Amino acid sequence: MVSSLAEPLLALRNIRAGYGEAVVLDNISLELADRGSLAVLGRNGVGKSTLLLTIMGFTTLRRGNILWQGRDITALAPHRRARAGIGWVAQEREIFANLTVEENLTVAARPGRWDKRAIFELFPRIGERRANKGNQLSGGEQQMLAMARALMTNPALLLLDEPLEGLAPIIVEELAGALKRMIRDEGTAVILIEQHAGIALSLTEDAVLLERGAIVHRAKSADLMKDAATLDRYIGMKIKA
Amino acid sequence: MASVAPAISGPHQYLQAQTRWSRVEIAFWLATLLPFVVAPNYLVLASQVAITALFALSLDLILGYAGIVSLGHAAFFGFGAYTAGIISKYGWGEPLSGLLISGIAAGLLGYLMSFVIARFRHLALIMITLGFGFLLLEAANSASWLTGGADGLQGVRMWPLLGIFKFDLWGVTSYWYSLIVLFLLFLVSRRLIHSPFGLSLRGIRENIVRMRAIGAESRAHLQKVYTISAAMAGIAGAVLTQTTETVSLGVLDFQRSADLLVMLILGGAGRLYGGIVGAILYMVARDQFSGINPQYWYFPIGVLLIAVVLFLPNGILGGLAKITASERLQKWMRTLPPWLRGAS
Repeated sequence: MVSSLAEPLLALRNIRAGYGEAVVLDNISLELADRGSLAVLGRNGVGKSTLLLTIMGFTTLRRGNILWQGRDITALAPHRRARAGIGWVAQEREIFANLTVEENLTVAARPGRWDKRAIFELFPRIGERRANKGNQLSGGEQQMLAMARALMTNPALLLLDEPLEGLAPIIVEELAGALKRMIRDEGTAVILIEQHAGIALSLTEDAVLLERGAIVHRAKSADLMKDAATLDRYIGMKIKA
Repeated sequence: MASVAPAISGPHQYLQAQTRWSRVEIAFWLATLLPFVVAPNYLVLASQVAITALFALSLDLILGYAGIVSLGHAAFFGFGAYTAGIISKYGWGEPLSGLLISGIAAGLLGYLMSFVIARFRHLALIMITLGFGFLLLEAANSASWLTGGADGLQGVRMWPLLGIFKFDLWGVTSYWYSLIVLFLLFLVSRRLIHSPFGLSLRGIRENIVRMRAIGAESRAHLQKVYTISAAMAGIAGAVLTQTTETVSLGVLDFQRSADLLVMLILGGAGRLYGGIVGAILYMVARDQFSGINPQYWYFPIGVLLIAVVLFLPNGILGGLAKITASERLQKWMRTLPPWLRGAS
């Protein structure tokens, strides 16, 4: 789906994965170019989060392999994948509740373009709350912190699992703006899972639709945005742009 | 947008800045010298307290900072105690090298144990450490040819410290010795927890899966800190042997592990000083309560424990920190002259 001849940043080949005995994803293949961005859409329970967890190495992989910058990382432990440059922001946010904002960031810090200064510029709100503990933040601030913490590892690819879920519209706007800067201006590659299909498609270049653990549709995000019939069929949602 | 505070430091500078000594800390360590002046008759107790404080500090490293629950930490304390005793009994009574050897021995045991420990969390850990403690206790009991079994290890003779200071009956040398060992290992622990490694440990305590996702090899970290903690516990045990010139099976007892956990929770886990404050409080309380009523002295301890957990869920130090952070007190503090406020 990516036309460039250059080696993809991430490639999944015929993945079958799940948890223990249960198989959630089957026959998943996809590629993401360096600086690319991909929206993963689908109803609840189709395996979107499992896809990210599989890329991170937290699921049971039964078949297929995962290539990172051309290197097979199928057998690599999660922390090694993280060090290789894959960042993951879980749906549950999972910030360290008893560490301060600054400690939450410091613990993840690895040298690179994203340091605390750059982070506080992207998310001024959490800059103001540096000395507060994780559990003293609002939901939106926690989400920003979770994203910021992943950025502090200076990933080449960021996996985002419903970063806008359950947030107030004004925070959604702020976060979407930050995402846009990350993707467009900074060139961080992103795989984005999002219920707000409109926002997800407007932020990304490519999109896939998942149903029952398999990819059922691939398109350019801009094209899919206009394809109301397909969207309605697979996610049963009218788009609000 | 422009309200980003100045001085955003890099990760190392940030951690460095956390290590400044506050006046309260300095006052605390100066106060540990008070027993020499105020209570010269209690120096034996004071050195027991210092030893227990060191032991509690070792548990704080794994429980308070890395989230490894242990109900069998006496295993390492006892292992260090017996190692020190046996070395001395068989002819080498030099305290400092004995201490070092005991620490290394306990650390080695801890390293071996850490392969199991790092795989489990929570309840499973309690069971494993408990079982390990029992195992070592019975091993020491049955190996009476080496340990003296239930009669205790006899014939431990220590040479004078540095060839000059004899371990006297009043505990002057003992207290100096245990206090200095405690302070030095406290410095090591302090350095450790303010290092990137220490911050990673706290992250692991908070959420182990998340730490993997940001690239920390949690298992190796856990093994490392467990080994360090075991070595420290072993050193605490060795100091006990060296200052009392005897070793009994009690050093490996479950009661010792349990008491230790109680002290740490009383004082406040994950606060570095929590174990030390808890040990002081617990040991002094035990001394006083058992003087009043030698049979039922656990009763007031029980009351104390329940009260602390109910009203100060983060221990005494956690409670204090909350009070000092409260708005009202801050306001009141600002009315004080600067030298009284301290800097923390």
